[in-house]
Amino acid sequence: MAAVLESLLREEVSVAAVVRWIAHSTRGSEDNPGEAAALSSLRPLRKEFVPFLLNFLREQSSRVLPQGPPTPAKAPGASAALPGRPGGPSRGSRGARSQLFPPTEAASTAAEAPLARRGGRRRGPGPARERGGRGLEEGVSGENLPGAGGRRLRGSGSPSRPSLTLSDPPNLSNLEEFPPVGSVPPGPAGTKPSRRINPTPVSEERSLSKPKTCFTSPPISCVPSSQPSALDTSPWGLGLPPGCRSLQEEREMLRKERSKQLQQSPTPTCPTPELGSPLPSRAGSLTDEPADPARVSSRQRLELVALVYSSCIAENLVPNLFLELFFVFQLLTARRMVTAKDSDPELSPGVLDSLESPLFQSIHDCVFFAVQVLECHFQVLSNLDKGTLKLLAENERLLCFSPALQGRLRAAYEGSVAKVSLAMPPSAQAVSFQPETDNRANFSSDRAFHTFKKQRDVFYEVLREWEDHHEEPGWDFEKGLGSRIRAMMGQLSAACSHSHFVRLFQKQLLQMCQSPGGAGGTVLGEAPDVLSMLGADKLGRLWRLQERLMAPQSSGGPCPPPTFPGCQGFFRDFILSASSFQFNQHLMDSLSLKIRELNGLALPQHEPSDEDGESDVDWQGERRQFAVVLLSLRLLAKFLGFVAFLPYRGPEPPPTGELQDSILALRSQVPPVLDVRTLLQRGLQARRAVLTVPWLVEFLSFADHVVPLLDYYRDIFILLLRLHRSLVLSQESEGKMCFLNKLLLLAVLGWLFQIPTVPEDLFFLEEGPSDAFEVDTVAPEHGLDAAPVVDQQLLYTCCPYIGELRKLLAWVSGSSGRSGGFMRKITPTTTTGLGAQPSQTSQGLQARLAQAFFHNQPPSLRRTVEFVAERIGSNCVKHIKATLVADLVRQAESLLQEQLVTQGEEGGDPAQLLEILCSQLCPHGAQALALGREFCQRKSPGAVQALLPEETPAAVLSSAENIAVGLATEKACAWLSANITALIRREVKAAVSRTLRAQGPEPAARGERRGCSRACEHHAPLPSHLISEIKDVLSLAVGPRDPDEGVSPEHLEQLLGQLGQTLRCRQFLCPPAEQHLAKCSVELASLLVADQIPILGPPAQYRLERGQARRLLHMLLSLWKEDFQGPVPLQLLLSPRNVGLLADTRPREWDLLLFLLRELVEKGLMGRMEIEACLGSLHQAQWPGDFAEELATLSNLFLAEPPLPEPQLRACELVQPNRGTVLAQS
Amino acid sequence: MKCISLAECWEETITFPGPEDTGLGIQTSQSQATLLSIFSQEYQKHIKRTHAKHHTSEAIESYYQRYLNGVVKNGAAPVLLDLANEVDYAPSLMARLILERFLQEHEETAPSKSVINSMLRDPSQIPDGVLANQVYQCIVNDCCYGPLVDCIKHAIGHEHEVLLRDLLLEKNLSFLDEDQLRAKGYDKTPDFILQVPVAVEGHIIHWIESKASFGDECSHHAYLHDQFWSYWNRFGPGLVIYWYGFIQELDCNRERGILLKACFPTNIVTLCHSLA
Repeated sequence: MAAVLESLLREEVSVAAVVRWIAHSTRGSEDNPGEAAALSSLRPLRKEFVPFLLNFLREQSSRVLPQGPPTPAKAPGASAALPGRPGGPSRGSRGARSQLFPPTEAASTAAEAPLARRGGRRRGPGPARERGGRGLEEGVSGENLPGAGGRRLRGSGSPSRPSLTLSDPPNLSNLEEFPPVGSVPPGPAGTKPSRRINPTPVSEERSLSKPKTCFTSPPISCVPSSQPSALDTSPWGLGLPPGCRSLQEEREMLRKERSKQLQQSPTPTCPTPELGSPLPSRAGSLTDEPADPARVSSRQRLELVALVYSSCIAENLVPNLFLELFFVFQLLTARRMVTAKDSDPELSPGVLDSLESPLFQSIHDCVFFAVQVLECHFQVLSNLDKGTLKLLAENERLLCFSPALQGRLRAAYEGSVAKVSLAMPPSAQAVSFQPETDNRANFSSDRAFHTFKKQRDVFYEVLREWEDHHEEPGWDFEKGLGSRIRAMMGQLSAACSHSHFVRLFQKQLLQMCQSPGGAGGTVLGEAPDVLSMLGADKLGRLWRLQERLMAPQSSGGPCPPPTFPGCQGFFRDFILSASSFQFNQHLMDSLSLKIRELNGLALPQHEPSDEDGESDVDWQGERRQFAVVLLSLRLLAKFLGFVAFLPYRGPEPPPTGELQDSILALRSQVPPVLDVRTLLQRGLQARRAVLTVPWLVEFLSFADHVVPLLDYYRDIFILLLRLHRSLVLSQESEGKMCFLNKLLLLAVLGWLFQIPTVPEDLFFLEEGPSDAFEVDTVAPEHGLDAAPVVDQQLLYTCCPYIGELRKLLAWVSGSSGRSGGFMRKITPTTTTGLGAQPSQTSQGLQARLAQAFFHNQPPSLRRTVEFVAERIGSNCVKHIKATLVADLVRQAESLLQEQLVTQGEEGGDPAQLLEILCSQLCPHGAQALALGREFCQRKSPGAVQALLPEETPAAVLSSAENIAVGLATEKACAWLSANITALIRREVKAAVSRTLRAQGPEPAARGERRGCSRACEHHAPLPSHLISEIKDVLSLAVGPRDPDEGVSPEHLEQLLGQLGQTLRCRQFLCPPAEQHLAKCSVELASLLVADQIPILGPPAQYRLERGQARRLLHMLLSLWKEDFQGPVPLQLLLSPRNVGLLADTRPREWDLLLFLLRELVEKGLMGRMEIEACLGSLHQAQWPGDFAEELATLSNLFLAEPPLPEPQLRACELVQPNRGTVLAQS
Repeated sequence: MKCISLAECWEETITFPGPEDTGLGIQTSQSQATLLSIFSQEYQKHIKRTHAKHHTSEAIESYYQRYLNGVVKNGAAPVLLDLANEVDYAPSLMARLILERFLQEHEETAPSKSVINSMLRDPSQIPDGVLANQVYQCIVNDCCYGPLVDCIKHAIGHEHEVLLRDLLLEKNLSFLDEDQLRAKGYDKTPDFILQVPVAVEGHIIHWIESKASFGDECSHHAYLHDQFWSYWNRFGPGLVIYWYGFIQELDCNRERGILLKACFPTNIVTLCHSLA
């Protein structure tokens, strides 16, 4: 490998040739024969070059960036250290790597590869080490690289040539250089990506999915500068003093501890105190070594390597663009060179021809190299967010080394509008109750309905509790909520309840987590005046403070593992705690459905002909809609991946050998939860990669280790790799993918390739960009990919780790004390719903014509028409329901009434009644289509007119109107023809049960009520007050009472007067109150009749005068007759209890009762027969003998009365003598 | 308990309804009504605490015997009421207890709840005349329990809902009331859902619930659990009006979406259509 680099450095071959050689194996024709010859002999190594180069650079920089490890690329294999004889390294490499990346070998071997590597990554000899016969080399590297697997070199080349490799291997056992995973604060630390493996599973997030831990990024200066590290004495990490061992162990323990703490709070909303811990130490080393362009040691060599490196980046030969940029930024901002005492005795400026001497001999070299690379990638840089641009433009070294680049960056900064805000997600808002989906009609039974009602409340209760407590130390989701969640899930018995709950869950998920936007977002990267007044030291502290406040930025280095930040954590933990397979299955179904739906959404396409101003407005809408859809898709896909692969992930290492084969055989039989391969293929074909790939990446990021080995998913990875390779940023052309779209795809794919479960060899396995990737045969002219749908906001939202670049620069710039660092400003952003979902029209020539019509119109026109059609269509259905169906229901009601009259009270079996009615009424539903058509015809044009701009040409307008009418009609009629009968049936059924109920127990309560008169000012006493007052009188009458307690007759009269007012006003009267008033009034009457009401007055007078009593009874009678609208339980007057009140009086006086009964009859309040019946039943009760006799007399008297009104007054008089006799008898 | 030491912290802890809210023309002053409401709640709490004590079979048996002995001596005396007062139990509840026991003895099957309720509502249905009178006496003399009191409470609640409805109409705020919501099949229904949300003191309001009682800790927590959060879960943030005031500290969920007021809010911000 190194041979290639060496021949390059010796200028035997040109950079262009090398890059061509790497990228296009088959095309050698453009190269000159000499170059071709030089390279063709190296052909077998072609694919190993990039990994080699990346590792080489990481190693070379290890002296400059002693704080971190030589950043390994996710590049397997090729040693960075083997310049020299082509044959040697070739054999060595191939020998070592033959198990790992055998491009031509059987698939089964290939499938084993990642496992072998994984084994190798473990500390100590793994199974892979024993196998494969690496022989000597293995021994050598094995000793030096005890934990070295990862992305680092493998076959460390020729033992016969102890050059750089052997003399200067990075000391991988040095934990300062290679801190274990998880020790990295996700904070501002300039972090170096590394796939170093810590054998202990530290990540809570990932513990389910991977036995190997995620690569991570150690901080730049974990080593306080004051503390001499092993590195200081042995720059290449060889020969650690034995005494350091224990120190190391201690450090490792410390780190583990820290990492645990970090992992315990994996959500970015709770930054850990460790966040800023590296800063003070870093501040200590800040003043070291200013970089000076004049002191660069070997310009030409650096230029060449930079060029090759840049070309590899540009051609997407490196797995992760942003990781490389991060590395370059690290070089740019490097602080200090580790002094290499024994280094470079023979170094001279002229040495170019070998890799013997270190590439980077000083800070100056590093900066020079970095600037060289950055110059080649100005385009990418200029598309970063404004804050990063500012920091770059303000970077002193950049200014120093390349004023031109600095000038371009400054210009780019000034022209940039790419402010990025990463706001906290808004706090929880509930999913609203929608009768269409949530009311009783959507449930199989009352029980299911009420169960779901309760579940909704429990769900939110749990959510609120989580919101309150999840940030408290020591609070545990499972402990706090687990049992409650499971109890709730346990109640979901019916399958339909599961789907309801899942719908709620998914909606809530989307609502809470879909967008990081919401009010109060902040903008990264603006330098405020306040900050420039603060010193550098303070700035560091302020930065940390902001970091804490703005937690979402801390994404854990440039390649963070997949996480569930913020609210997403709740949903993940909920799924885990619920541990319900039914729930998971329903959830997967629902997520898959929603993903398909959103992925297939006909997002408007770009029209290049758009004019500037308006199209810009339109595009903002487009972008917003696209962003909403994309973010929703990513969220849903992430959870789908999480749930789908949940059963296959575990903390144990992935299986190997036969076990693995059998697992593979089994798993390959299992159909994928969602046919993502087809969706990807279609997405690529339809040029919608920019929509499909980002969510697919989220989905795949949760795959378990076996997944990439399955043919089905391997195809997907290969497609993705080809796509990645094809996304060359410098190639821009009309109709191809937009720059930022590409950048987004590169970022997410690069991130995916770094996920530990994705085999490291996968990236380098594939032959160059296969020409077969030209899948564009049926691609539409302008796919979504060609539309500028991605902006920096979306890019940074999807890939927060790109922000690490800014953090790296920000720290430097902040600490240099020169510029103000950065700050955020608040810009409100809005979140939008998914907006109108265009109707799917794909039938017939008309539809094709309509499509064609839209093709050359601004996208807003199409949206408007589709929107109008959708809404009018939907309104049409509602209109039909309110008119036609309502009429039919009224008919049903009157038919039913007739039926009830003819058939008597019970009317027969309700189900039968319903059938009769429906058979009569449902045929009328046929009118619905005609009415619907008419409605759409009438309503749509006006709506389209109102929504389109004035200058829309008449022809366009009328076409748009017609299409809207057509679409709306289509939609409405489709629904109506399918559902009208069912709808009528349902409504009639409801009406029937309503009517039958109305026939039931409380007919009067349902009758029409008279309101109070218009002039009424509602000043009548309140019903509650009156009941209360009457209750007081009743309690006085019933006793017990003090001798001097009583009521005045005036009070009684006043009370009845008020009762009349209240009954006439009715404003505040409710049926139960009226019922009670009626009952109380009857009780009052009984007490009056029995003369039981204690009257206040001159001490002797404890009884009401007869005249007064009669007056009061008259008032009551009038109230009953005129004012009560509900039923008055007058029969209670003759209940044994009330009549029995008379029994206690001495002497008994029956005249009032008789008077009352007669009045009741006269006023028509009670029938004679009714009273007779009551009197008759009174005789059956047990009475004292004399009382029974008197009662009998009363009955006779009453019955003897002629039923004529006139003589009644006289009859009252006649009672008196009778009473006398009664008295005499008693 | 904060409300116990009313004298000390009356003003500080309790948000009173303002004087302008006496829209119902109630004769008593608002603070008196508030006091009554608090008293009623405290009494109910007391009864709840001692409820179990009166419902042991021994207690029931002893009460029943005392009742029987009492009415044998003098059926017209307030035997049941005196008994209830003596053992510090609500007369209506005592009546229910004895009625249940009585029916158990006189009828083969245990009486259903609805039968008991119906007899309490209309003591004429009670087969025994003496017991009927005793029960009726208990009911009309009970100030916190019983069908009459329940009806009064219900009426008060309804009156305040009507008041609130009038105020909403007056302010031109369109709404759906409980009945309309129920007809649409909503599973939980606040008194009013605003068709267009408004803002009160910077808080968005989607629904309004009227509570014609004093908002003390105990009842408020019960309401939160059974009603307010359920409304929030379905309709978003909303407003609760405790017409008889509430303990100020309870108004702590404003940010979360439940705002408490002791009167109809004066400064309501509505959506401005001209700006939209």
